[in-house]
Amino acid sequence: MSAYKAMAARLLLLAWFGMVNAFAQTPTPAMPPASPEMEARLKLLETELRCLVCQNQTLADSPAGLAGDLRREIRLLADAGKSNDEIKEHLRARYGDYVLYRPVVNAKTSLLWFGPFILLLGGAIMVWMMARQRRAASLAATPAISADEAARAQALLEGNDGPPH
Amino acid sequence: MARAWRYFLPLAIFFGLLAFLWKGLSLDPRAIPSPMINLPAPAFTLPQLHAPEKTFSAAEMKGKVWILNVWGSWCVSCRYEHPSLNRLAKQQLLPIIGLNWKDVPADAQGWLAKFGNPYTLSVSDAEGRVAIDYGVYGAPETFIIDKNGVIRMKHTGPIDEKILEEKLLPVIRELQK
Repeated sequence: MSAYKAMAARLLLLAWFGMVNAFAQTPTPAMPPASPEMEARLKLLETELRCLVCQNQTLADSPAGLAGDLRREIRLLADAGKSNDEIKEHLRARYGDYVLYRPVVNAKTSLLWFGPFILLLGGAIMVWMMARQRRAASLAATPAISADEAARAQALLEGNDGPPH
Repeated sequence: MARAWRYFLPLAIFFGLLAFLWKGLSLDPRAIPSPMINLPAPAFTLPQLHAPEKTFSAAEMKGKVWILNVWGSWCVSCRYEHPSLNRLAKQQLLPIIGLNWKDVPADAQGWLAKFGNPYTLSVSDAEGRVAIDYGVYGAPETFIIDKNGVIRMKHTGPIDEKILEEKLLPVIRELQK
C-alpha cells in the first residue's frame, strides 16, 4: 500500500470515528456505591442474566450500553426491595425467557434440555440392535453338520475314537 | 428389506440435519420474540422533546390506534428507516409517537430538523428506563398499540416500504376498523 493510500485509509477511519462520536448514546447515569452484600447479590444476578446486545455474554461481562442500563435497572429494583426471583421475573416479562442465561425448563425448551439424553438413548438402542443382529448373523454363518458328523462328534465326546478314517 | 432400511437410515438422518441447518440459515439469531405482544403497553409519563416543560403519557392515546417508535440521533439504522416513517406520517393514518432513547435533546432536535419530523410528538427517555419497560434492546423498534392500550405488534429493526406495506399497515387497518 502506498503512503498516500495508507493516509487516506487513516483519514477515513478518523472520519468514521468522528461521525460515531458526534451522535452518541447518553451514558448510563452513575449509581452510588453499593454495600458489599448488595454488590455480591448484584454480581450474582448479573451473571444469570443475558445481555440482549452481545447475546453470548452475561450482563456482568457485557460492555454494551444497554447492559449498563440493565445493571442499573437491577440495582434500582434491588434497592426498591425486590427479591432476586422478582427481579428476574421483571426482566423476563419484558425481554422473554431469552434474557435468562440458564434456560427455563418448559415445553418449548424441553428438546434443548432432554434432546441429548434422547439421542444417547437412541444411540444405545441402535448399538444393542446391531450387536444382536451381528451375533445372529455369525451364528447363521456357521455351517450345519450332517447326521453322520454329529454321530462322530458324539462318539468323540464319549471317549470312543470310532473306526479309523 | 431390513438391509435396505439400515443403509438408508444414515442418509435420512443426514437429510434431516440438512433441513434443520437450511432452516437455520434463514433465521435471524438476533431477533428475540417479545413476550409483550397482546399485553397492555406499560404506562409512562415523560417530558416532550420539543417542549420539555410539558409531559406526555401513554394513557392519553386511549381510544386510538397508535405507533410507538424507538429512535435516537445516534442510531444509524434509524436514519435508514426515517424516509418510510416520513411517508407514513404524510398519510395521517395514525399518531406516531417517538420515544427518543438515551439521546441529547439538542442532537435529537437537530436530527429531526435535518431529516424531517414524522412524529406527532417525541418524548425524551434520557435514562432509558421506559425503553427497558418495553423490552427494547436495539433501536429502531416499533410497537403498534390498539385502542385499548394493548401492544398488538412489535417490529425490531428498521422499517422499509416492504415491511410497512406487508407487515405493519395490514395490522393497523385491521385494528382501526
